[in-house]
Amino acid sequence: MNVHASDGYTTADGRQIGPVVMDLKNITLRFGGVEAIKNISFDIRQGEIRAIIGPNGAGKSSMLNVISGFYVPQEGEVWFKGYRRGPMKPYEVARLGIARTFQNIALFDGMSVLDNIMTGRLNRMKSGFLSQAIWWGAAEREEIENRAQVEKIIDFLEIQNIRKTPVGRLPYGLKKRVELARALAAEPQLLLLDEPMAGMNVEEKEDMSRFILDVNDEFGTTIALIEHDMGVVMDLSDRVVVMDYGRKIGDGTPDEVRSNQEVIDAYLGVAHD
Amino acid sequence: MLYREAGDFKTGYRADGQTFPIRLDRWGYYILLAVAVLVVPFLINDYWANAVFVPFLIYAIAALGLNILTGYAGQVSLGTGGFMAVGAYAVYKLMTAFPDISIVIHILLAGGITAIVGMLFGLPSLRIKGFYLAVATLAAQFFLVWLFNKVPWFYNYSASGQITAPTRTVLGHAVTGPATSAPAKYLICLAFVLVLAWVARNLTRGTSGRKWMAIRDMDIAAEIIGVNPLTAKLSAFAASSFFVGIAGALLFSVYLGAAEVGEAFGINKSFLVLFMIIIGGLGSIFGSFAGAAFMVLLPVLLKNLLVGQLGWPTDLAAHIELMIVGALIVLFLIVEPHGLARLWALTKEKLRLWPFPH
Repeated sequence: MNVHASDGYTTADGRQIGPVVMDLKNITLRFGGVEAIKNISFDIRQGEIRAIIGPNGAGKSSMLNVISGFYVPQEGEVWFKGYRRGPMKPYEVARLGIARTFQNIALFDGMSVLDNIMTGRLNRMKSGFLSQAIWWGAAEREEIENRAQVEKIIDFLEIQNIRKTPVGRLPYGLKKRVELARALAAEPQLLLLDEPMAGMNVEEKEDMSRFILDVNDEFGTTIALIEHDMGVVMDLSDRVVVMDYGRKIGDGTPDEVRSNQEVIDAYLGVAHD
Repeated sequence: MLYREAGDFKTGYRADGQTFPIRLDRWGYYILLAVAVLVVPFLINDYWANAVFVPFLIYAIAALGLNILTGYAGQVSLGTGGFMAVGAYAVYKLMTAFPDISIVIHILLAGGITAIVGMLFGLPSLRIKGFYLAVATLAAQFFLVWLFNKVPWFYNYSASGQITAPTRTVLGHAVTGPATSAPAKYLICLAFVLVLAWVARNLTRGTSGRKWMAIRDMDIAAEIIGVNPLTAKLSAFAASSFFVGIAGALLFSVYLGAAEVGEAFGINKSFLVLFMIIIGGLGSIFGSFAGAAFMVLLPVLLKNLLVGQLGWPTDLAAHIELMIVGALIVLFLIVEPHGLARLWALTKEKLRLWPFPH
């Protein structure tokens, strides 16, 4: 298995990984005088699960925000599906097919689970304002078609029993699952997960891991995730980027990364003499 | 026991998405509709029309409008009075300039003009939120009232500075002007309420409503999901102002007949409508009606009680009435901060289990 080949590779479990979808070239991101990301390059390939790890404050979330278009890097190029992405508004990036979840859940608390997931499909709903006002023609047809799609995702993530519950009333683990559902509803080509397992117990982590693998397997969705639980990261991901103080210190399969001396130093600390 | 969804199976997404999913609710709504359309017009007299029904219906439209903006889209507005004034002056100018065109079209156009003005004053919402936006809309309130006072063109250079609604008819019945009968006033307002409430429901249950609520609940997440904040906020301002403009047009032409802008559309009106949606329930169509009913009916009820039943002098009753209304507002908000709509929803939850406790 040569994960550094240019036209894709086959994973240990036999999945075929395709060409590069997202290519980040020499990204540098500054906040005033602070360099959050220093000259980092890596790519994400079609159909793979790509993890970004690193100690606290390494710049992982900033990296995810660069990918999702929320931050515009001062230097470097972001290439998505073969096109260079200029500065874009976040909602324009969403339309390109990039969806994400957040570290601290960003659901719409006042809306039901169903409505939350339906918002994930907003970009596919094109009916005009007038048609919506009289609920005739396009508006109703579109609502029913998209509802059917949303129900598939509800089925897939096993949240049928809570579909009409206001999100604010749900426990944490389920909220995370609803957020994943909302991101999936957009049928993204690239799914970004910011600490999908933060604050979960073992059982919830197992569920979430299964869902992430299932999503990748069933829909072929390319996934980039940030996670602190090393066990989870090493089991789930095909390739791992390791960041420390805004620099990239490792990139490769979980095994390669695990045996990288610089990575070990970053995580365990190193004696300064 | 009777009020529950058990046994009422939905076999399609259309049926599942309907406004009243529980059978008893549906029947209640149909009966209410039948009474409002078929019974009330034959019983109504001038007192009931002017004191209760017509103001209730008109304020219900205004409350629906503000609820779209504040309750659904989360943009606080204190400019409702000003936007009602835009509707009123627009319909006045249209009525006097094109006397041959139906008043219904004039009222709708007045709503459209208000929508444009509302969008204009909604532009600051793209940069500022919360209390700061409230202050910006307050500026709209004062500016608009000042404008209609200062520019004589708006009141057709009349000596008194007032605008007076000329007589206009719908299907041969006068709906504006001094000769208007009580049923005619009631029916024209009812027609607008029924259509607009339906439109409000449609807008809020579909794509637009979800965009508005997403912006309200978490604007950054909404944007990353693909909601364009510019169009979402401005469409909320436009839809809201359309409703408020129509309410203003009806208030002036059908209810008041003559109006002076500072008096009829002052800051008091903005607060009145805001209280309605807070007491009724933010983000709820039913709440808009409940709040309008509360704020319109309560003073009438108290007046009847204090002056009619207890025989107090009118001036004393008027002051006490203000105090009681104020105290009741506070009381209601302490008992249920989410308004009458939430109270109603809780009652329905209880009813589903009744007579069993669990």
